[in-house]
This record gives sequence, C-alpha cells and structure tokens, in this order.
Amino acid sequence: MSRAQIILKASGVGKQVTTGTTELTILSGVSFEVGAGESVAIVGVSGSGKSTLLGLLAGLDTPSAGSVRIDGHDLTTLDEDGRAALRGRMVGFVFQSFQLLPAMTALENVMLPLELAGAPEASAPARAMLGRVGLADRLHHYPKQLSGGEQQRVAIARAFVTRPKLLLADEPTGNLDAATGLQVIELLFELNRESGTTLLLVTHDEAITARCDRVLRLAAGRLEGAAS
Amino acid sequence: MSLLREIRLAWRLLARDARAGEITLIATAIVVAVAAVTTVGFFTDRVQRVLELEANRLLGADLVISDSRAIDPELKREAARRGLAAAEVIRFPSMVVLRERTVLADVRVVSPGYPLRGELRIADRLFAPDRLAEAIPKPGTVWVDERLHTSLDLAAEDRIGVGASRLAVGAVITHEPGVELGFLSGAPRVILNAEDLAATRLVQPGSRVRYRLLLAGESASVDAYRAWARERLAPGTRIEGVRDARPEVRSALERAEKYLNLAALSSVFLAAVAIALSARRYLQRHLDGCALMRCLGASQALIVRLHVAHFTLLGAAAASAGIAIGALTQAVLVAWLGRVVAVTLPAASVLPAVHGAAVGWLLLLGFALPPLVSLARVPTLRVLRRELGAPQGDAIIAYGLGAVVIAALILWRAQELRLGLTVLGWFVAAMVGACALTWALLRAVGTLKSRGVSWRFGVANLRRRALGTILQVVALALGIMALLTLTLVRADLLRTWHESLPRDAPNRFIINIQPDQVTAIGRFFAERGMAPPGLFPMVRGRLVRIGERPVAADDYAEERARRLVTREFNLSWAARPQADNRVVAGRWWDDAAGGADQFSVERGLAEALGISLGDALTFDIAGTPVTATVTSLRTVDWDSFNVNFFVLAPPGLLEVYPAQYVTSFHLAGGRVEVLNALVKAFPNIVLIDVAQVLSHVQRMMDQAARAVQFVFLFTLAAGLVVLYAAVASTQDERLYQATILRTLGASRPQIRRAHLAEFGLTGAAAGFVAAAGASGLAYFIAHRFLHLTYTPDPAVWLIGVAGGALGVTAAGYLGTRRVLEVAPLKVLRALG
Repeated sequence: MSRAQIILKASGVGKQVTTGTTELTILSGVSFEVGAGESVAIVGVSGSGKSTLLGLLAGLDTPSAGSVRIDGHDLTTLDEDGRAALRGRMVGFVFQSFQLLPAMTALENVMLPLELAGAPEASAPARAMLGRVGLADRLHHYPKQLSGGEQQRVAIARAFVTRPKLLLADEPTGNLDAATGLQVIELLFELNRESGTTLLLVTHDEAITARCDRVLRLAAGRLEGAAS
Repeated sequence: MSLLREIRLAWRLLARDARAGEITLIATAIVVAVAAVTTVGFFTDRVQRVLELEANRLLGADLVISDSRAIDPELKREAARRGLAAAEVIRFPSMVVLRERTVLADVRVVSPGYPLRGELRIADRLFAPDRLAEAIPKPGTVWVDERLHTSLDLAAEDRIGVGASRLAVGAVITHEPGVELGFLSGAPRVILNAEDLAATRLVQPGSRVRYRLLLAGESASVDAYRAWARERLAPGTRIEGVRDARPEVRSALERAEKYLNLAALSSVFLAAVAIALSARRYLQRHLDGCALMRCLGASQALIVRLHVAHFTLLGAAAASAGIAIGALTQAVLVAWLGRVVAVTLPAASVLPAVHGAAVGWLLLLGFALPPLVSLARVPTLRVLRRELGAPQGDAIIAYGLGAVVIAALILWRAQELRLGLTVLGWFVAAMVGACALTWALLRAVGTLKSRGVSWRFGVANLRRRALGTILQVVALALGIMALLTLTLVRADLLRTWHESLPRDAPNRFIINIQPDQVTAIGRFFAERGMAPPGLFPMVRGRLVRIGERPVAADDYAEERARRLVTREFNLSWAARPQADNRVVAGRWWDDAAGGADQFSVERGLAEALGISLGDALTFDIAGTPVTATVTSLRTVDWDSFNVNFFVLAPPGLLEVYPAQYVTSFHLAGGRVEVLNALVKAFPNIVLIDVAQVLSHVQRMMDQAARAVQFVFLFTLAAGLVVLYAAVASTQDERLYQATILRTLGASRPQIRRAHLAEFGLTGAAAGFVAAAGASGLAYFIAHRFLHLTYTPDPAVWLIGVAGGALGVTAAGYLGTRRVLEVAPLKVLRALG
C-alpha cells in the first residue's frame, strides 16, 4: 500500500481522563492505517474504548498521546476550527442516534452540510441523494414523522452528500431492528462502493463486520494482535 | 462563505426554527417587550403632553412672551406662520371710578381668543354660580373680579369709569388662568375688550404697561417657536412656559413623569427576564444542532456569525411586530382614556417607536445573544456523548453582559441618575437576596420530613437543579417584585395625593397684609369662629452673589435657573421649620447657637442655582446688601398649598427691612360672606382663590394615576410571559424525567403532584423574596424621591407569597400538562 493511498493513520493514540484523583486510561498505544476505499470495522465489548477512539479519529476530541492523520493532515497540529474545516471537507458521519435536527425536514437536514460548506447549490444534490437512499417521497417530512430506518437513511444521505473521502459510523444499526439494520447496512456499503469512500465503523453488529475488508478488535483500550 | 450567503443561511435556519416553533417563545418575549415599551412610550409621551397641556391651562397658554414695550410684530408673524394660536393681553394699573369711589385696579385688555388654555369663568352676580366664559367681554362692557365688585359696591346697572370711557359691568370674574401665586401681582382686576382700549386713552407714551403675547399649539411647534424666539428676544423681553412658572405644578408634573418612567422600567426589566429565560431554553434545545454543525465542519466563528445574523433578523421582525402592536394598543388605550376623562390626547411622536426598537435590540443583545454565542463552544464530542453541555462559565459571562445592558437601560429610562441608581441597586440587592434566600429555602425544605413520594420528588427536583432553581426564583421574584412595587407605589401615590390635598387644604391666599394689620387679621378670623391662620413675614430681595461670585442669568444654561435669578425672591424668617419642610442637609438653627447670619434654602432651588451648604448668599434688599451663610437645605412639600419660601433666615436678620405678610387658609364652601367682609375690612389686601388651581392639580394627578394603571396592565402581561418562559425553560427536562418515572411505574397523579409541589414552592419563594424587595423599594422611592409618606402594607407579603405560589402553580400546571400526555416510548425514542 503506497503512502498516498493511506486515508487514515493512527499512531500510538492514547487517551487518559482524570476522575477525581484517579487517572483512567481509556485508550493506549493504538496504531493502525486505513487505505483509500477500504472498509474497516472496530469491534469490542462495551467500555473497550471504541467510541472514544472514533471521537479521536474524527478530531472531535484530542488524544493524550500519539497522533491521528487524515489524508496526511495531522489532526493534533490543528486547532478546533482547523479540525472542523478538515471534517467539513473530508469526513462524513453516521451516528447511532441519527443526530438529525428535529426542526428541519429531511431535505433540509441533508442540505445542511452543503450549506455550511458554502455550496452554491444545496437543494439539488440533497434531493438526488435522498432519492438515492429511497426517500424521494419523504423530502419534506420532519424526523419525528419518519421511522427509525428512514431517519438513518436520511443521516446516510447527509453523510454522503458532500462526497467525503472518509466516512465514520458509530453503531449505525444500534437503534434499529435487525431487518431494518440489514437494509441500512446494505445501503451504506452500496454508497461506499459507488463513491469510493473509505469506511470506518464502530459496531457490535456481526452482519457489518462480516462485510468489512478488515476488523480491528479493541479490548481494554488496546488493539488486539497489535504490537505493543 | 460570503456574508450574503451566511445571511441567507441564517435566514433559512431562522425560518426553519420559526416553522418548527423553536423560536416562538423567544420571539413572543421580544414582541411583548417591544410592544410593552412602545405602548408605554407612546402612551406616556402622549399623557405627558396632556399633562403639560393641563398645566398650561394654568398659565393660560403654552408659551407667554411679555415685554414692557409693544410686542415685536415679527414675533407675532412668525407665530402665525407656524400655525400657533395667539392672543394678546395688555396690562396696566389704573384707577377705576364709580361715583365718588376710586380703586386702583389691574386692568387687562384682551383680544379675542383669550385665554388660549384653561378656563376663564364668570358669574352674572357676585358669588353667584359661575360658568365658562365663551368669549371675551363685548365692546363697551368690562368684567370685574370679586374684589373690585366689593370695593366699589357695584349695583346691577352701574357703569364704571376706566380712563376716558364709561363701561357697563358684564360679569364677575371667578377664575382666570395666569394668576401668579405667592407674590403681589396686582390689585383688583378688570378685563376689557381690546377694541375699547383706544377710547380709554389710558395707554400713552411712558405709561406703565406690560404687553403679553399668549401662544398655543402643537407642542413640537411651540418648542420650535420657543427655540426660534429665544434667539431674537430683545433685552427685557421674557418668554416662559408653564414649567418655568409654578413650583407646585412643576412638582406634580415631574412626579408624574418619574412614576410613568418607573412603570416603563418594570416592563423593560420583565422583558429582559423573559428573554433570558427563553434564550436559555433555546440554548438547551440547540446544543445538539450546534455540535452537529461543528461536526459537519462549521467553524466556531461561523456559528457565532450565523447566530448573530439569525437573531438580528429575529430582532428586526419581532421589533417591527412589537412596535405595530404597541402603536395599536396605545391607540385603544387612548380611545378608552378619552372616554373617561374627555381629553383629547395629542399625537405621539415617533420617538417611542425608536426607543421601543432600541430596547428590543438591546435586550436581545444583552440577554439572548450571549448565551447563544456560547453555543459555538459546545463540545463537538456531544454528537457521541450527549451528556456534554455548553461550557458553564459562559452563562456567567452572558448574564454579566445582560446585567450591564439592563443597568444601562434602567439608567436611561429612569432619566434621573439617582433614581436609576437606586432602582438598579435594589434590583441587584434583590437578586443577591433572592439567591441567598432561595438557597436557604432549598436547604430548609430538604430537611423537612417526607410527605410522600410526590412531595419528595418535587423537592428533590428543586434541589438537584439548585442553580437553575435559584435562577428561576430570582427571575420570577424580580418580575413579581416589579408588579408589587407598581401596585404598592401606585396605591401609595393615590392615597398620599388625596391625603396631601385634604378637604381642608388652604384654598385662599391673602397677600399684601401690612405689619400693623397682623393682629387685626387674626382677630377677624377668631370672631368668625375660624382658626386664625399663620401669618408669614415676607421681604423681597434679589440674589446678587453666591460666595464671591456675582450672580448673572447668563451663567445658567437651564431656563428655570435663568428666570429665578432675574426675579426677586420672597425671603422670610422663622424660628422653626414648618411641618411640611424637611431639613435634608446641614442643620436647622436652634435658639442658642449659630447667630442670625444664616439661610435655609429649598433644595430644588439650591440645585438649580448651584448653591451648596456653607455658601455665603448676598441678597439686595431695598438697596442694602444682606449676606448670610447657607446652613441648611430643605425640601418643601409644595402640594400642601401652605405658604412656603425658597429662602428662610432665622429671626433677627431681616426684621429691619420693609415686610408684608402673607397667609393661606381654608374657606369652607358657602362662606363667601367672609370674603366680602375681609375685603371690606382690609381693602389693601389681595385675596387669591386657589381652589380652582387645586382642582386642576387634582385632575392632573387623577389622569396620571389612570395612565399608570394602563401601564401596569402591560407590566402584568410581561410578568405572565416571564412566568410562562420560566416554566417552558425546564419543560424538556421535565418531559424526560416524567417519562423515566412513568417507565418506572409512577402514576400520572403522582408526577403531577410532584410538579405542583415544585411549582408551588418555587412560586412561594419567589413571592416571598418579591414582597421583601417590593416593600423596601416602594419605601425607599416613596420617601427619598417622591417625598410621600409610605405606610408598609402587610397584605403585600400575603399577596406576594400566595399569588406567587398560585400563579406559578397554575402556569406550571398548564405548561406541563402536555408532559404527562406524551407516550413514554415516543419520548425515549426521540431522545435516542
């Protein structure tokens, strides 16, 4: 794998938090690389540090040790706004709890990242993307008028509408029943394939891990099988 | 992103928020705030104008230009050009003759239209019921006052000689505006038509004549004319409006203005509270959205800019709506008031609309924007971990800015630094007190024995959200406090007005009493079973020096001060201050110490002329300089209609100068024969009927009271918005809690009782603190600034606590009804 193809690189990432007088290590020495177009699942039991790692990889939080690079940009050298700008350009998100804005319709939710990026035209791509996820007839529905599966499809449309290089997903099927979860996974991987996006997921779902190119197992804040 | 794009995005976000009902509360708060402020502004503006108009009735015009030479025709032409109504009065002393009797009379030659303001009342016979004079005397007739009628012993058909003319007596004057109180303005009065003047041949070169041009019109035109005329007045020409003239009117007017401003202030404050509470709810509801926007790549600066644009647009829309509602409401109020008092209010200026919009923007800037700006600092990680909220420190900074804004607004609206600072000081003290008291209450309630799960849960709710509870109680307490203060001060003001003008308030003044008549006057009253009135010596003197500084009108910018120093003062002496005088600085002379070289000066005069305690004042009394040191400053209750003096000396300083005496007394209705006998017994005295003046002042005060009641209704409405905002600001949290509790098996009545316990306690605590603050504030304002005697009303505590508890419980019940109707599963799913 040539260096140019590496989209995400974690080097010795560690995270410690202080609660009262005790220092708690959540992550320690996590290093891995993800190549362009690859799909990688991070799995582990509850409390193993999966979500913390995802937050660090997305630049939503800063590591106590090590560094994270997205497409060659070292997140630890960027400030909060710099990281936000990088996310806006390169990263898409899908969350377990969908994170749709309740005051906005499905269309408006999908338009939002384009609008924030200052795209001259937000409506047409958003409509197209909603059509692609099968919600062309739900454009003007509010999140509360949509089922869980539909809400997650809106979230997926929102994640892909900016054509990100890297898509991060946090338990994307965690709030869905098995059948709906399966449909959502199907859609996620289809879109991933179509747009050549790199996919990194945190999940418990065996159906997802089975479809990924690679699985990273996290236990007690460390990657299993990784050299320490 | 370009600015235009950002504004468009902000507009879209605003539209989406508006459609989803996310900004209904905050917009309502702003609309009500601006509507309240503009209504109050428009209304007080118009009421103040009507009060001035009323006061002008006492002057007979809005503006009077007087001169010892004929009035410059240019002044008249300009008045006509500006559309002002004008009338002329030529006034001179002259002997009036009937058979062998002659009386020196104060002759007033009037032109049609006189008086322009106020009422000239006449009666057909002496002491007969009077009526409004609809015109001036017909040519060939004169109207005379009661004194002249009595002095000449006029019979029905008599014609009196005025100069070369013999004129029929058409009527007896019972009331004439423009009577100058407190000093001798003249002898018995005669009014004759201007057409008859030439025939009298009384005005000759060198005659002692005073020309007066009376003007009236729209107050803006009058003000503009006054400004124009001041530049052109020749030396010796005077211009005056009502505010320059009468201390008792000035005092009533200024008091009314202060009070209306206070009322406006309470609306402003309530609006601020409502907006702060609404903004807090908005903040809570938008934390997720902002975290997500950060996650999607928005910079902090972009989020700040978006919110600034968002709320600027919201402010513009809400302020416009508020102004429209304000304009409409005041029109309705004016129509209503018009029916009650039969007074046509002059049109309002546009200034209140500008003020309303400015207040709206400032409130938004101070109370809505800062907490929302902290949205930008929400941890982005919140998208993964919902428990992360906005940084706590921000709230303190935000409320700090809000406090600065409200302080500035209060100082602005109070129009008087001292009053503003006092109100501000009390609000701050009340806030600190409310925080401390609520905190103590929370602790105390926590130690109470359990009264069942609902009570315990309700109390736990309050204690768990201690900071939120304290904030809520403080907000509510301040709202209730403003309402209570207004009702308290209002009730006090009304009561004290009526008390300060009791039925037996003096309604007649006697001036020009000679020293050798003092004993005889006392005897005269005693013989008729009336209490002999106190007689006060009066010496006239011109203030020539304050310390080493010669006094000149040009040293003063304020018109009233300029007028005061050009006039002669009435000085008097007394061993003791009168009951309606209060020494507010320095010490009153006592018998033993200090010597006779002292003055006690009325505080308002001292402030106007820049006189301080310890200054040596020099008066020119009949050509002799008299110097003494100011050893005390007094406040004087001018409303008492007792004889009072700006400057007093101890006995021993002024006795050597020529003095006359002055007194006031109450004449019961129907005892007109006393006046008759008095004038006959002491022909030189001048009797002034102030009953008319009194009823005018009372009417003005009643109008002010009515105005305040309207203003109060608005404050009440603003208070209700605060209440609703307070309940709504915790609604999401309540919904979540109720859901969890119901999931765990709690019944709806149990949760409802818990809510009611919580609301009841919150309301009672707020009411208690509010009652304490309101009592204190009312006491302070009444005593220190309005100079009223304030009696604390214990009912305020009961009303505060019970009203607070009931009001908040009722509002809370209505506001949280929905909480118990939503299916728990729906809430849990929505929360994710």
